[in-house]
Amino acid sequence: MTDSKYFTTTKKGEIFELKAELNSDKKEKKKEAVKKVIASMTVGKDVSALFPDVVNCMQTDNLELKKLVYLYLMNYAKSQPDMAIMAVNTFVKDCEDPNPLIRALAVRTMGCIRVDKITEYLCEPLRKCLKDEDPYVRKTAAVCVAKLHDINAQLVEDQGFLDTLKDLISDSNPMVVANAVAALSEIAESHPNSNLLDLNPQTINKLLTALNECTEWGQIFILDCLANYTPRDDRESQSICERVTPRLSHANSAVVLSAVKVLMKFMEMLPKDLDYYGTLLKKLAPPLVTLLSAEPELQYVALRNINLIVQKRPEILKHEMKVFFVKYNDPIYVKLEKLDIMIRLASQANIAQVLAELKEYATEVDVDFVRKAVRAIGRCAIKVEQSAERCVSTLLDLIQTKVNYVVQEAIVVIKDIFRKYPNKYESVIATLCENLDSLDEPEARAAMIWIVGEYAERIDNADELLESFLEGFHDESTQVQLQLLTAIVKLFLKKPTETQELVQQVLSLATQDSDNPDLRDRGYIYWRLLSTDPVAAKEVVLAEKPLISEETDLIEPTLLDELICHIGTLASVYHKPPSAFVEGSRGVQHKRLPARAGSGESAESPEVGQSGTSEAPPAVIPSQGDLLGDLLNLDLAPATTTVPSVQPSMQMGAMDLLGGGLDSLMGDESDTLGGDIGGSPSMGAALGAPAAMPAALSNAPAVGGGLGDLFDLGGGVGMPTGFYVAPKTLFLPAMKAKGLEISGTFARRGGIIQMDLSLTNKAMSVMTDFAIQFNRNSFGLAPAGPLQVLTPLTPNQTIDVSLPLGTTGPVMKMEPLNNLQVAVKNNIDVFYFSCQYPLSLLFVEDGKMERQVFLATWKDIPNDNEAQFQIKDVHLNSDAASNKLQGSNIFTIAKRTVDAQDMLYQSIKLTNGIWVLAEMRVQTGNPNYTLSIKCRAPEVSQFVYQCYELVLKN
Amino acid sequence: MIGGLFIYNHKGEVLISRVYRDDIGRNAVDAFRVNVIHARQQVRSPVTNIARTSFFHVKRSNIWLAAVTKQNVNAAMVFEFLYKMCDVMTAYFGKISEENIKNNFVLIYELLDEILDFGYPQNSETGALKTFITQQGIKGQHQTKEEQSQITSQVTGQIGWRREGIKYRRNELFLDVLESVNLLMSPQGQVLSAHVSGRVVMKSYLSGMPECKFGMNDKIVIDKQGKGGTTDDAGKSGKQSIAIDDCTFHQCVRLSKFDSERSISFIPPDGEYELMRYRTTKDIILPFRVIPLVREVGRTKLEVKVVIKSNFKPSLLAQKIEVRIPTPLNTSGVQVICMKGKAKYKASENAIVWKIKRMAGMKESQISAEIELLPTNDKKKWARPPISMNFEVPFAPSGLKVRYLKVFESKLNYSDHDVIKWVRYIGRSGIYETRC
Repeated sequence: MTDSKYFTTTKKGEIFELKAELNSDKKEKKKEAVKKVIASMTVGKDVSALFPDVVNCMQTDNLELKKLVYLYLMNYAKSQPDMAIMAVNTFVKDCEDPNPLIRALAVRTMGCIRVDKITEYLCEPLRKCLKDEDPYVRKTAAVCVAKLHDINAQLVEDQGFLDTLKDLISDSNPMVVANAVAALSEIAESHPNSNLLDLNPQTINKLLTALNECTEWGQIFILDCLANYTPRDDRESQSICERVTPRLSHANSAVVLSAVKVLMKFMEMLPKDLDYYGTLLKKLAPPLVTLLSAEPELQYVALRNINLIVQKRPEILKHEMKVFFVKYNDPIYVKLEKLDIMIRLASQANIAQVLAELKEYATEVDVDFVRKAVRAIGRCAIKVEQSAERCVSTLLDLIQTKVNYVVQEAIVVIKDIFRKYPNKYESVIATLCENLDSLDEPEARAAMIWIVGEYAERIDNADELLESFLEGFHDESTQVQLQLLTAIVKLFLKKPTETQELVQQVLSLATQDSDNPDLRDRGYIYWRLLSTDPVAAKEVVLAEKPLISEETDLIEPTLLDELICHIGTLASVYHKPPSAFVEGSRGVQHKRLPARAGSGESAESPEVGQSGTSEAPPAVIPSQGDLLGDLLNLDLAPATTTVPSVQPSMQMGAMDLLGGGLDSLMGDESDTLGGDIGGSPSMGAALGAPAAMPAALSNAPAVGGGLGDLFDLGGGVGMPTGFYVAPKTLFLPAMKAKGLEISGTFARRGGIIQMDLSLTNKAMSVMTDFAIQFNRNSFGLAPAGPLQVLTPLTPNQTIDVSLPLGTTGPVMKMEPLNNLQVAVKNNIDVFYFSCQYPLSLLFVEDGKMERQVFLATWKDIPNDNEAQFQIKDVHLNSDAASNKLQGSNIFTIAKRTVDAQDMLYQSIKLTNGIWVLAEMRVQTGNPNYTLSIKCRAPEVSQFVYQCYELVLKN
Repeated sequence: MIGGLFIYNHKGEVLISRVYRDDIGRNAVDAFRVNVIHARQQVRSPVTNIARTSFFHVKRSNIWLAAVTKQNVNAAMVFEFLYKMCDVMTAYFGKISEENIKNNFVLIYELLDEILDFGYPQNSETGALKTFITQQGIKGQHQTKEEQSQITSQVTGQIGWRREGIKYRRNELFLDVLESVNLLMSPQGQVLSAHVSGRVVMKSYLSGMPECKFGMNDKIVIDKQGKGGTTDDAGKSGKQSIAIDDCTFHQCVRLSKFDSERSISFIPPDGEYELMRYRTTKDIILPFRVIPLVREVGRTKLEVKVVIKSNFKPSLLAQKIEVRIPTPLNTSGVQVICMKGKAKYKASENAIVWKIKRMAGMKESQISAEIELLPTNDKKKWARPPISMNFEVPFAPSGLKVRYLKVFESKLNYSDHDVIKWVRYIGRSGIYETRC
């Protein structure tokens, strides 16, 4: 038994010698030669020249030799298709052999030879083998169908093998069932729409029965297939779960993880108040913990999956913190993953232990690990307020170690802690300043500069410190340059007298000597701000910053749900959807969690907090009489003269530019501030208040939001269009109003809602004394000023007026929601009409949500509140669409591209504070968009959708 | 599914290469060598994605096993399969080494053909495989029809791990309860984490197709039975029972029966196998306590004192005790004094290794050492790795007791009483560390 000698033949003329040996008469010599050939093949030598000689050895009773020849054939048949045909006869003959092992071997090998001519001959033997009396042959044949399908899908369909394969699901032998399931699942993946794996309760029952009897690998195939099934209701879901839970005690980790996948998915359908739901949650924790005692590679897979599970259902493992403590000998990849999960599980209850551990880790050897541990301490401070003080002191201890990368990492996280708890820990600044010289990484330098700028008034020598950075300004990275610019401007605003020179210097460095457009633009903006209106500059630059969020690195909710459906697979290891790493279309369809069954809904649906809509009294449409009464009670003073000016009609173009540019710059700045913590506090908020702006820009903030993050989007497609104003429609026909005809439309211009009306006098007499009043409505719309009809309306004359509207009027829910009942009075009579306004009228300019907040909110809103719509026939690409929508204050927060499908995440804020979140899927080349809308007040979804339609189609 | 499987030696030369799927080319072999084996920096994940191809690898001594795929495969399954592949190879030819792999490459190809079909793992139980794949070439040509169908039905059958018609003159079984106790203790003696991971390994030499039932002092089972008996009884047995956090079983155990009744019933494979694994965290008997005392005397000297105390019945003896005390990298000399056993400073391992052959329960022993240090400029403090311990004790630290293992074989004429049964408990140290 010393086969290793075959690896050592490296002399010249080897092929020739082998040829001679292969054609030798002696069986033993032949076999030796074939072994040598295989050894050469293994190490990568090309031995295809020996093809005919090797194939000649195929006709033998020696099974070992036969297997070797088959191995050779599988490797080289493709390169020698004509020669390969020589082997067909032997294959066909072997498929009839009385020995089932040989029959299976032949059909198994034949399926691996990807030569068309051979596959033709394969069909008949395969058909026989699929119905063979021996289960070993059948299970091999089942896989062979998948092989054949991979070579020639059409052939498989034409020959009806798929039906035979489906029949095998009912086979008496569990392994045949398992392999048939595996083959069908694979074939189904390349036919996403076929009903190939027709999973119905009967087949599911068969699979669950086979699950108890087949090999560990078969159990995995079956469980993975089960996970694709969507039960009809919560009862079926529960009964499947009950039959899957025993698998959690299997010794094979893959069986356990696949079972976890099925349970996690089907659990979505169980009502939360069900006892079984709680039982199931409890049952999941122990097996997940047990996975951590497996070999390190499996631990890694398990930890990556647990990371997802903890995000989806934190309650499962919340008491298991200790098992994620890092062991000294864990491989680094296990250590890093454990640390990640520790941060996610940290809470007030366990923070003391966690902190003690993290402190240990911060003294370890591996640099990445230590950095992550230091960062984790900062995360704990932000997450658990009670621990903040201890975390800060721990970080200070670490800074004292003077280990370069520890210090830098600590400074970066301390910056975040300052943000989270303003005016609490600034006493440590002195210690931080001592370490200024040792900082050599941009992120740490930027963080330190931010701290100096932010607390310039408390640091006596802030100007000196910043000046020292300024010396090498052009050698710094952009991140640091931007931060330095802002910090010096902050310093100047705080101590204007001493630092004038410094600010001049930095502004000129940024604007004149830099070729970085971001830096230059920011410099110019500051310069202009400072020179026109320092007070405004103060309000903008030193604006109060929004809080940073507690959780970071959260996976986007839709992606998380998709990954939960992929537990145990590579996708769950990479935390990426399969389309991100799999070529072609196979197996990349998006999977979704099933929707919860109706029964649990009521328990879950949250109280709607701020929304005026759903808390409004039940809709009662008032009778004419009431309306009349309302109107008559009002002081309908003739509005002929008092207010002189008409709203200036705005020129949008130029101002848009300014406003948008400003906004995105500020946004950009705050992004760098937020740094890696991902909280991007929008400075734009400060811009929202027009008073804060210098006069020249006064109109900008209102529309500025419209441009929001033009740069963020990276599209740069062009200017967004403004608010879409529908053409005027007839509100009140002349016939009904004694000759007064009113048509109109609604618009939102620069944050001001306007009702544009055209009044036409079709009567014979002059009309005067116009006044207008609204009935109570869903969003409290009310005229913000009198109806400005300055001159009497003579017969056949038309007057266009714009009526500014406020949203502070009395609220009553209308049906439909956007209905508006209006009364118009003139010298002749009072007339009533009702009209409907587009909901986009109420979308405010600061409706852009922070990414993190968006993620959290999206997760927070129950799935029942999600509504889905189709927008058909839109011929825009996603960038153009998002530009267009931004004109109507529908803000795109993020865009993700997944195999030719763009997902736009958008937020809208209504005047009454309701947030509407939306996900729009745009597929290249498909004019139909899919829109999912989530809102705490689901009533508005329908109308938001109408706005999308309206905006996108015009 | 798995697209290909490669085995490399430490230099990155291919020893075995089997491609199952058309999307994996020969260049994948080189990609792994270049990007993982020869990577300048140590690879930091067992899963690597190179040009949209994913590589899963495990290492056994200096042999690399890599599975390759381009699809979204079940990652846990791939690793389980790689481990299984190692087990099968070990069962056939012993240690996985370059020499052994080269010597058995034909056999390995044969095995790979059998246990992985188009990338789908098939029956990989050694017991079954050995019936038709042997090192002396393949049986088959001389088999009778009955034998052949027996093989195939075993490979595909419900009880794929056992063949029919096994006969022993003496029906005998051995149960080993092997536990490894893991501990992480703070310098102050506070238990940071402790758990026992245990295995029940069974060697069965039983005739026919015996139906077995295994019972242990599982708290859930005992409590259930206690309810039926008197309360006094329950209280008594409650003390002896243990709470098992979680357990997993060999595929021969009927899981659904365990789930519903918590009874462990099975038809065992022939010979040695692992019946179950379990984990406990409550009421663990920690066989040893380590009390460290490290004092830094100036910049160039360390004083270390370590006391170990044994904490079990005085009549029992612990064996193979080894205490490993890490020393700083800049250690120049060490002087050790110990009361018992032998202690040595091993410069290559940066540790003082203290070995004691035997130690009875409720005893105490001590070592003290003076460590001389070379002065360094290194600002970073010494990380002080934990003190670790190894030992072996003749009891189960979790408190697990085997209550019974009943054997029923209805067709053959032997009963439970005729089976000779042996039970043995061994507790070993897992990762048993005390921080100092």
